[in-house]
Amino acid sequence: MTLLLALILVPLVGAVVVGLLRGTDRAAKLTALAFSLAELVIAAAAWGGYDPAGPRMQLTSSVEWIPAFGIELSFGVDGIALVMIAVIALLMPLVLGFSWGERLPRGRTHGGFFSLLLVEQALTVAVFAATDVFVFYVLFEIMLIPMYFLIGGYGGPRRRYAAVKFFLYSFLGGLIMLASALGAYAYAVEVTGQGTFDWATLTRVLGQAPTSVQVWIFLGFFLAFAIKAPLVPFHTWLPDATEQAPIGVVVIVVGVLDKVGTFGFLRYSLPLTPEASQLLAPLVLVLAVIGVLYGSLQAYGQTDLKRFLAYVSIAHFGFMALGIFAFSTQAMVGAASYMVNHSIATGMLVLVVGLIIARGGSTRIADYGGMSGVTPLLGGMLLVAGLSTLSLPGTNSFVSEFLVLIGSFPTRPVYTILATVGMILAAVYVLWLYQRVMQGPVSGDALVGAAKGPGATADPNTLSRPGGRHAVIGDLGPRELGVLAPLVVLVIGLGIYPEPMLDVITPSVEATMSEVGVTDPVAPQGGN
Amino acid sequence: MTTSFLAAEPVRAAAGVLQSNAWVLIALPLLGAAVLLLVGRRGNAWGHVLGCATVLAAFGYGLALFASALGDPHPVRDLYLFSWIPVNALQVDFGLRLDPLSLVFVLLITGVGSLIHIYSIGYMAHDQQGRTGGANTERRRFFGYLNLFVAAMLVLVLGNGFVTLYLGWEGVGLASYLLIGFWQRRRTAGAAATKAFVMNRIGDVGLALAIFLLFAKLGTTQYTEVFARADELSSGVLLAITLLLLLGACGKSGQVPLQAWLPDAMEGPTPVSALIHAATMVTAGVYLIARANPLYTLSEGGQLAVTIVGAVTLLVGCVIGCAYDDIKKVLAYSTVSQIGYMILAVGLGPAGYALGIMHLLTHGFFKAGLFLGAGSVMHGMNDEVDMRRYGGLYRYMPITFVTFALGYLALIGFPFLSGYYSKDAIIEAAFGQGSWQGWVFGGAAALGAGLTAFYMTRLVLMTFFGPRRWENLTTADGEKYHPHESPAVMTVPMILLAVGSVGAGAFFTFGERLVGYLTPALGELEEGHAGVLPHVLIPVLTVGLSALGALAAWLFVGRRRVEVARPQRVSPVVRAARADLYGNAINRALVVRPTDGLARGLVTVDSRGVDGAVDGLAGFLGAASHGLRRWQSGFVRSYALSMFTGGVLLVAAMLAVGMP
Repeated sequence: MTLLLALILVPLVGAVVVGLLRGTDRAAKLTALAFSLAELVIAAAAWGGYDPAGPRMQLTSSVEWIPAFGIELSFGVDGIALVMIAVIALLMPLVLGFSWGERLPRGRTHGGFFSLLLVEQALTVAVFAATDVFVFYVLFEIMLIPMYFLIGGYGGPRRRYAAVKFFLYSFLGGLIMLASALGAYAYAVEVTGQGTFDWATLTRVLGQAPTSVQVWIFLGFFLAFAIKAPLVPFHTWLPDATEQAPIGVVVIVVGVLDKVGTFGFLRYSLPLTPEASQLLAPLVLVLAVIGVLYGSLQAYGQTDLKRFLAYVSIAHFGFMALGIFAFSTQAMVGAASYMVNHSIATGMLVLVVGLIIARGGSTRIADYGGMSGVTPLLGGMLLVAGLSTLSLPGTNSFVSEFLVLIGSFPTRPVYTILATVGMILAAVYVLWLYQRVMQGPVSGDALVGAAKGPGATADPNTLSRPGGRHAVIGDLGPRELGVLAPLVVLVIGLGIYPEPMLDVITPSVEATMSEVGVTDPVAPQGGN
Repeated sequence: MTTSFLAAEPVRAAAGVLQSNAWVLIALPLLGAAVLLLVGRRGNAWGHVLGCATVLAAFGYGLALFASALGDPHPVRDLYLFSWIPVNALQVDFGLRLDPLSLVFVLLITGVGSLIHIYSIGYMAHDQQGRTGGANTERRRFFGYLNLFVAAMLVLVLGNGFVTLYLGWEGVGLASYLLIGFWQRRRTAGAAATKAFVMNRIGDVGLALAIFLLFAKLGTTQYTEVFARADELSSGVLLAITLLLLLGACGKSGQVPLQAWLPDAMEGPTPVSALIHAATMVTAGVYLIARANPLYTLSEGGQLAVTIVGAVTLLVGCVIGCAYDDIKKVLAYSTVSQIGYMILAVGLGPAGYALGIMHLLTHGFFKAGLFLGAGSVMHGMNDEVDMRRYGGLYRYMPITFVTFALGYLALIGFPFLSGYYSKDAIIEAAFGQGSWQGWVFGGAAALGAGLTAFYMTRLVLMTFFGPRRWENLTTADGEKYHPHESPAVMTVPMILLAVGSVGAGAFFTFGERLVGYLTPALGELEEGHAGVLPHVLIPVLTVGLSALGALAAWLFVGRRRVEVARPQRVSPVVRAARADLYGNAINRALVVRPTDGLARGLVTVDSRGVDGAVDGLAGFLGAASHGLRRWQSGFVRSYALSMFTGGVLLVAAMLAVGMP
């Protein structure tokens, strides 16, 4: 069994064990955490065993599934899939740690919650690892099921609506993708007389297909991925999902699930339909730039903390799409590393916002003010997450945003210049949020209200004595610090020394570039 | 014109123990910042000592580095540290450029930085603003941010490529943001901090685009390769790059049209104003243009734009400075104006690069000294900043008065003090341009000298002389003013800066010491053409205009009584100057309001329009009658239904393609 199969099976087994466990809630939580940590260790081992200079797909395995249609349960990873799988493995223990004390709706247990999260992890790993187009499609749809329950079962008051909307959107997108996959299959049959869903074979065959065929296939895949990695105007399920889902689930949605869309562009859209990808790139680029600007302005205008998170992500997905469809190695590496760095930075931002909401009990931004004076550590964490979100140099996100923009500029200067306006807007929406929530005198119903607990006075200044008798709102506890600390280390570590990650991603991107048949506008220099 | 003089001054690899370990310069304050911000309350007792020690140690290292390089026949060195962002053709290295230009900045940053760190021990000792955990926690945090600033500023000047420069560039922006908003309980502090960061970001985008353009055209962003191959760039590209870099410089250095954040930045504690918003960070724009001199020298259009920005800004700063009563804001606009001089100088090309740097250094001394003096006055006056509530203070704070007066004289260009040499040289070079440019830029610079003398004399007279207007007044908290001299930990740095204010100009000028030292990095100083005015006349003109300005100030505020209440019936010019020449109003009308409106509109559209359409579509697709409700009623049934639908589609598709 390859490490990759272990990465799929371990969380699955963990989910079953946690689900069947008939003990205390605590036992279930600890078991889930143990499995997620084991997964992290295996992911590290997989990373260690991956050879960036090696074959296109590594850690491969294959089992026949439906031989009549040439469908095989085949898995393997390239550098891009590998880093995404590593990021899921990293986020899951943190999400579990965060959700440890989450107040769940009546009748729900942490055992069930954590079990579903582990199922989701197994399915997302599998989706990134699939090397058979049909298997990818099936997993793409199946991974909606645990997520539907996670949002619909454990979320806020309008969780049913949000869950259905999420499901409908993705599912319909998936169906259209299925049509495209079948078209690809049919074309393979016509040309080679042999039906297959094997990714490598389809890439070879379809690469020669006439543009008109490619365009139809491209569009089907594109719609599914544009919904998943929400590009404006296919994005409206995300704000509802983030608003209603529990914070831990939001991390998985924006950190991992959405990346299946950008990953799909890189792994499926580009290599399967290279000519159509280039032909229709302007369409995607327009949506990408609109996404950057539209998402940023929306984030700036939001009054709700959780919806704010959704629009921040929408803006960032615009950058990723720009990087993918600008067709240069730098931009594409930027986009792929953006997928990882966005998971870390936005994941952290979501968690910090979750900690704020846990303290104030409200998601309205106006209910907060001057929190830094009461909870300086939490304030510092919001700042770190925010600075990474606005891509300050020295943080991880800068590396990817810089690569996307510098790589897009030679091929697509106009789109790039428009996207740089997003850099300014990012500073505006991040710092405006920080200013309202953290700076100024202590104010806002959530904070002052919390201070008016039994035995407390109405004077907001009593809030400011950490550990004081009246302090109702406390700063970060050890568990919360433990959840955020690894993310802080990664934000700075990958900002200063991104080379190990770039080295894993770059060869896969170069392979994708040659599958598309494009070369870099800026050629490497001879030795200087 | 000689273009690529850098070919004559090849870049060599760093050699020797001192140079190969030059990263220590950055590591020291960075480590200090990390310890101070992470150690928690345990560090309250010694935090300020550590904060000063790291910067002093960096200064010591800088001095050693400087001294060891003095006899070096190849003073331009590059130290490769590690590969930062390597992707295929793009190879961004993290490394240091050790040359005369970066070394004088290292000495300025760590030297003046050390003095201001020491001063802050006294200034921040009784910080009232932050109530959390007492004053010492606040002071430790303050030193942590200050150390972070020094580290970032050193990255900015020492980096050996445009991307490392950008790292430091936004890093100092972060430190500035944190320190402007340091007193976070004040609403105005947070707002000023955000404003500073966002306006800087606008400039940063210019810098970023210049970097993108360099990569697109040359395939590299490292100084060595870019400058060696600058002549491959077409004139259009050069113009674009130089203008974009200028945009970056405008943001960081508070130049028109991105000047409005700098006066608001005075919300930060006064040592911050002295170090970041006077002596070092705001001069980064001058550094950028001087550093990119091989590009500017090739682009006349770029140079012209720089000089225009400098000339306009120096006048705008002067005019607004004349109208304010807030001592720190007057000094802030004075900084805007003086940086205008520097920008004007580096815009003159080979005739001015070194002069801009010289004024930057002397300004570093006297403006830091003036700000520390202002801080000392505020320290003794219950944090009062309104000069109308000062008066006759020279008796109560004699050391502050003397050091401040020396800084003042240096700034207005009193003969043989620092500013006299450095500002006069710029005015001379501006007149030396010949034709209309000589008249316009030289005239603006000379006029600015007169205005500078006016507002600075006004400031000194209102603060230190005249009747003691504070005697019958109380502070906002109802307390009486008890002006007193500051402790030695504050006055000693002021004295040392005053020494620099007096002697630095002569020291640099004597035997062309500084200009000669900088030549390997900035090229030979080009003598001006036959200027529009004879050389001997210019000092006379400048000193004369300054004397006139000082006299006018004496007529306005020295001889007449100063009202405590601000006169309301004033001329339109004064009203405009008090409103910052409508800089903020223009920003609000052209940028802030439209953005706000757009965001509000889009939020409405997104929830009603886009989403409404989508919900409608979903309803339509969901079912003809009550389909959607059934989706919501039970998931499993719906899932079964959709899987069934999917299956049917699948089979239908298979049949359609005739398989098997």
